[in-house]
Amino acid sequence: MKEIDITLPISGELCRMLQPGDKVLLSGIVFTARDAAHKRICEYLDSGKPLPLELKDAAIFYAGPTPARPGKVCGAIGPTTSTRMDRYTPRLLAEGVKVLIGKGKRSPEVTAAIRSHGALYLVAVGGAAALLSQCIISCETVAWEDLGAEAIRRLEVKDFPCYVALV
Amino acid sequence: MRQLDINGIKAAVKDSLAQLGTNIDPKVEQAILQAQKEETTELARDILTTLLDNYYIGRRDCLPICQDTGTAVFMVELGEDICFQDGSLTDALQEAVREVWQEQYYRNSILRDPLFDRTNTKDNTPAIIHTELVKGDKLTIKIALKGGGAENMSALKMLKPSDGKQGIREFVLETIIKAGGNPCPPVIVGIGVGGNFETCAILAKKALFREFGSPHPATEWAELEAELLQAINETGVGPQGLGGRTTALSVQIETAPCHLASLPVAVNLNCHAHRHCKISF
Ligand code: SF4
Repeated sequence: MKEIDITLPISGELCRMLQPGDKVLLSGIVFTARDAAHKRICEYLDSGKPLPLELKDAAIFYAGPTPARPGKVCGAIGPTTSTRMDRYTPRLLAEGVKVLIGKGKRSPEVTAAIRSHGALYLVAVGGAAALLSQCIISCETVAWEDLGAEAIRRLEVKDFPCYVALV
Repeated sequence: MRQLDINGIKAAVKDSLAQLGTNIDPKVEQAILQAQKEETTELARDILTTLLDNYYIGRRDCLPICQDTGTAVFMVELGEDICFQDGSLTDALQEAVREVWQEQYYRNSILRDPLFDRTNTKDNTPAIIHTELVKGDKLTIKIALKGGGAENMSALKMLKPSDGKQGIREFVLETIIKAGGNPCPPVIVGIGVGGNFETCAILAKKALFREFGSPHPATEWAELEAELLQAINETGVGPQGLGGRTTALSVQIETAPCHLASLPVAVNLNCHAHRHCKISF
């Protein structure tokens, strides 16, 4: 299958060329955030507290990996169901988030918001976490360790495979 | 009375839990391989190839095939003529989970309270334990690592008896279509029919514990399983919900007698990362 290389942050030009169903290989920086982190990001935005990550042009991966074995960069990692983040996503897009990575469909509101912000929603393969783990070059917990698997991690990925779902 | 040593049981349960996370059921792998040959679109084939590669890497590197190492679910069939030596079965199962999650670097996914205290218990306990008393002196423990994505898309409906087979079919298809890519298709569909509200849900769960791909022993139910599998694979949901023929790998139904006013149906979905096994003592 044809694969399109994407270096993050993605350029608007490349984003506009993508079609649903395209396979892409991502390289660059991605932040993990799941339900609890999304909730907290929005609380911080509401109260004007500084965030531990820059949302502008960011790529957010809905994921919580298994702990890494000693000597390993990252444990098994893969997407969780995106629709649980739908409530928070328009807010994050308004703050400049450009790429979302998860699995499953999005709500009509989120679909519209992705299109109007020129953002990109990618689906990664669920239940392929040992394979995806090989695409992680570095993994560092940057905030909210108290959330355990749901903490925010900064990942450097290389040739991380996804499919374009919404653009 | 048959005496069973708790330490031996715990060791066997720990072995199974450790195997389940990183090793896919060979029958599931075989079914994916077959499906990959039959898929007609490049995208669907590519996803199925990724799944096969993932199973291989999981085994090779001792890495969980899915990061959601799930809730530990036990279905215990306990012979009435058994007594345990050297401890409690409940404690042994919970300890096995606690220890394996740490030793195998599984992800802790259990929260203390569903609403008011969503903090992690940090050892993946409590596991869910269903117990059924059976005659005799045998002990069977069925074990699953059940991921949240597929569990979330499960559903139960109290149909009217007049809804009949067509009603069951419509409800199952509606559940699959609504679930889309969320339960990580291709899925395994456990269906409970009959009993009452709570037993129907347990029947659906039990159906997932049946050997993968094994038909219901009664012909008419086995035929309904085959018919539903075909209908599900005609919905076009496909691998990861991105379109294709392979939406489900198996449909497994369990049934029970029910009240004359009722026709309960429950659909318990499981993802392709089907981590179920059984040990007997
Ligand atoms: S549904 Fe299954 S394969 Fe998908 S993320 Fe959950 S546990 Fe993993």
